[in-house]
Amino acid sequence: MDTIIAAHPTLLEVEACRQSYRKDAGNADLVVLEDVNLTLREGEIVALLGRSGSGKSTLLRIVAGLLKPTAGRVTWRGEPIKGPADGVAMVFQSFALFPWLTVQENVELGLEARGVPRVEREQRAEAAIDLIGLGGFESAYPKELSGGMRQRVGLARALVVHPDLLLMDEPFSALDVLTAETLRTDLIDLWSDGRLPVKSVLMVTHNIEEAVLMTDRILVFSTNPGRVASELVVPFPHPRNRLDPAFRQMVDDIYALMTRRPAPGLRAATALAPAAIAMPLHRVGTNMMSGLMETLAGPPYEGRADLPALAGSLQLEADELLPLGETLQLLHFAVVEEGDIHLTDQGRSFVNAETDDRKRLFAEALRAHVPLAAMIRQVLDERWNHRASAVRFRDELEDHMSPDYADETLRSVIGWGRYAELFSYDEEAEQFSLEDIE
Amino acid sequence: MLNNAYPALATGRRLPNLWDVVAILCVFGAIVGLVHVGQGALVPLNAPHATEISLDPANLPGYAVRTTLRMFAAILASLLFTLTYATAAAKSRRLGLVLVPILDILQSVPILGFLTFTVVFFMSLFPGQVLGLELAAVFAIFTSQAWNMAFSFYQSLKTVPADLAEASVSFHLTGWQRFWRLEVPFAVPGLVWNTMMSMSGGWFFVVASEAISVGDNTWKLPGIGSYVALALEQRDIHAVLYAIGAMLVVILLYDQLLFRPLVAWSAKFRFETTASATADDPWVLRIIRRTRLLQLAGGAVGSAVGAFGGLRLSFLPRRSASAADHKPSRVVDALCLLALVPVLAWAVYHLVGFVSTELSWADLGQVFVLGLITMLRVIVLIALASLIWVPIGVWIGLRPVWARRVQPLAQFLAAFPANLLFPPVVLAIVSFHLNPDIWLTPLMVLGTQWYILFNVVAGAAAFPGDLQEAAKNFQVGGFLWWRRVILPGIFSYYVTGAITASGGSWNAAIVAEVVSWGTTKLTAHGLGAYIADATDKGDMARVVLGVAVMSGFVLLFNRLLWRPLYGYAQRRLTLA
Repeated sequence: MDTIIAAHPTLLEVEACRQSYRKDAGNADLVVLEDVNLTLREGEIVALLGRSGSGKSTLLRIVAGLLKPTAGRVTWRGEPIKGPADGVAMVFQSFALFPWLTVQENVELGLEARGVPRVEREQRAEAAIDLIGLGGFESAYPKELSGGMRQRVGLARALVVHPDLLLMDEPFSALDVLTAETLRTDLIDLWSDGRLPVKSVLMVTHNIEEAVLMTDRILVFSTNPGRVASELVVPFPHPRNRLDPAFRQMVDDIYALMTRRPAPGLRAATALAPAAIAMPLHRVGTNMMSGLMETLAGPPYEGRADLPALAGSLQLEADELLPLGETLQLLHFAVVEEGDIHLTDQGRSFVNAETDDRKRLFAEALRAHVPLAAMIRQVLDERWNHRASAVRFRDELEDHMSPDYADETLRSVIGWGRYAELFSYDEEAEQFSLEDIE
Repeated sequence: MLNNAYPALATGRRLPNLWDVVAILCVFGAIVGLVHVGQGALVPLNAPHATEISLDPANLPGYAVRTTLRMFAAILASLLFTLTYATAAAKSRRLGLVLVPILDILQSVPILGFLTFTVVFFMSLFPGQVLGLELAAVFAIFTSQAWNMAFSFYQSLKTVPADLAEASVSFHLTGWQRFWRLEVPFAVPGLVWNTMMSMSGGWFFVVASEAISVGDNTWKLPGIGSYVALALEQRDIHAVLYAIGAMLVVILLYDQLLFRPLVAWSAKFRFETTASATADDPWVLRIIRRTRLLQLAGGAVGSAVGAFGGLRLSFLPRRSASAADHKPSRVVDALCLLALVPVLAWAVYHLVGFVSTELSWADLGQVFVLGLITMLRVIVLIALASLIWVPIGVWIGLRPVWARRVQPLAQFLAAFPANLLFPPVVLAIVSFHLNPDIWLTPLMVLGTQWYILFNVVAGAAAFPGDLQEAAKNFQVGGFLWWRRVILPGIFSYYVTGAITASGGSWNAAIVAEVVSWGTTKLTAHGLGAYIADATDKGDMARVVLGVAVMSGFVLLFNRLLWRPLYGYAQRRLTLA
């Protein structure tokens, strides 16, 4: 299949693309994307697969002409991209429908912007609406529709301009499982029948099964900074069967890839970072952590589990399960490798402990393995009034990561520190203290 | 679109229905009224009847129409101002640096004090013409309406959802199309609400601005305001009552015919992804939607507006949405600042020259003390109004049936120009020989207390049912219930209402601290009376001083009390 596609004309070419931005006061650039290369030809569906924060959405926005890369070349049909290119249309994760326009008006929007005459506009909109299964909903407003119907409007709005390239930014992640599955199969059916008026599709997803189910090629992204860790060709013909052993094997392999790759990267990042406290932390709740550890300790896992199977039975997506696993690994409660997760001795003693002992174990793990938490506690111990402003920690974090990540990291450490009774935090005053901590 | 037109044609109901007749009458009545007023505004000042008022109640409908049209002229001007000024402030970072603070200051300046001078200015533009006076009145109303509308629009422009902005860029909308397809619709609910608030404030000003004294001359523009002014001079309490009646009818009509439908219509633009329970359409909107002719007219207007907004105009070269690729140039920033310096220097020079020749430090001290007195009044009044209306508002808000009835009534009362209600109060003070320093004070909140009521009602009505049930289940009652349950629950609504009420009270001080009944003049000590007195004498320096000090008080009041309170309410006490 790839040999056939290789002969097709090239639509999009991304070479050595880098996206970074500089903080006003900071000395180092914050790198979001590093050395990304991508070639897209007519007739293929390609997935950008990665965790949140791997820069895959950023890449999609660069291709859409919504962002300009800091460095590198992006060409569309041989021409450098300057602003949104003709022949590229986008489907948004949040649907991005205009609530004051009807379905019909939303779909016509892109045509109207191109100055298509009214009669033709209406005909083409009708055609797109019928194609995507929205017939009868023309005069409805988005708020009257269910999520699935809304995303159909988003699809129709993109398809009506007959784009050569359809961009999809996690198009199904805001939908429930059943609705998402219907939309996926509908879309693939239209694509296989050649009824989709597009030449190629580029989609961003963090759902491994979705990528294997829908696309011809998968670029797996690693985090910090975002780069293409590996590229896989999906050899299965449509329609694909999720239960096919070869399909399962591929999903397993990708899980292994995604759990293997970040570890050396993360270690390298911490080694390079000027301060160890600038380690990005995932916003993972302590209840989720204890829940996962208890599940792992109990039958049928007995301390060790295969991640794809675990994700399936817990109804968690890779994007939720992987940060959870990594956080447990960071705290030395579990080890994640090659698509498996297993509890450590500390993890087992945590599971067997009562509430107060759990808190004590958690506090020990925090002080030993999360430098930011240890530092906050140390500063508080040293101060005569045992108070410290959160602003200074935030500033320090922002020297090494984007404000969003700094915020997420700080919020994570606040949540963990409160649970461990390592320190308390006053949101109104943005202040850490040792009040109520004995 | 096609299938929308289909059923109407299929029913074969081509003849106009009863509502069409009503609609035709209304439309033609409005046109005739407009022509009549237009003729009135274009005559010379000394023409017979041009500025003559008669207390004959038969003239009241005509006066009411002219007063109303002044309002609409002003609201149109305010809308134009909003769409240009706020857009400039939001789209250009450099302009925004200057325009936003100016707007903030203008919001707290009591323009009522400057009425005399704006009249002189507009009269000099059209010497000897009624049009000059008309424009002065319209301008006075405009200054009471424009600022909060512009602010609301500015804030909407700044908070357009990022995904919609991206969608409009990626679907190649031009700047013009983006403005009319995305930004204006997104701003509509806030703008309609603020326009309604502005209209309420505007009635107060239209009444105050129709009878204007400049030096020895007193001009009276035909309208309800000058009718009342004349009635006061002639001590005709019946005429005052007629005017109040006429105003009630006018406000009822504008409320029912214009704003109820407008607010209901604007719900369509509310940015929410779930369908929320909406109230029934107001009857006027139902008529419009069911009347064939009006529907066709509405459709025509709608598609005209749509075509206008859909024009592929572009004022700026198309560019990508990211802010990263056009970094602000510090050189241009510096040049802009340098250009401002001479302007500021010129202003300071003139201000200093003016103030040093006309005023002394003693004046400032006196005005400051008077300002403190007026502030004391405002604080006491807002506290009293809160003590009365918060419990009542909570009681009403927790009973949906009552809330539905009272809410429109409170909004209606807020729109009623309170200055029309002054005469009966004055009469009472005169006949019972009451102390004006105390008894004139309640006039300041007469019109503004309703903002507290209807905001509290709205807050209590929005209070979540599960929290109420929880409070009942744990038997939280009495004082504890107020302190822990309902007061925090409605606090952000209350602050919103109290901000509006206190701002309005400062403004009302200028007309409420000095009132007259025939030749009897009652004066309370305060900054409002000081400004009114200086205006009467044509003493510009003291008017400026008084207004400046009052602006200062309002500004400090807002910055030191209301804004922190509002911020706290938003952070800690919102239920979202």
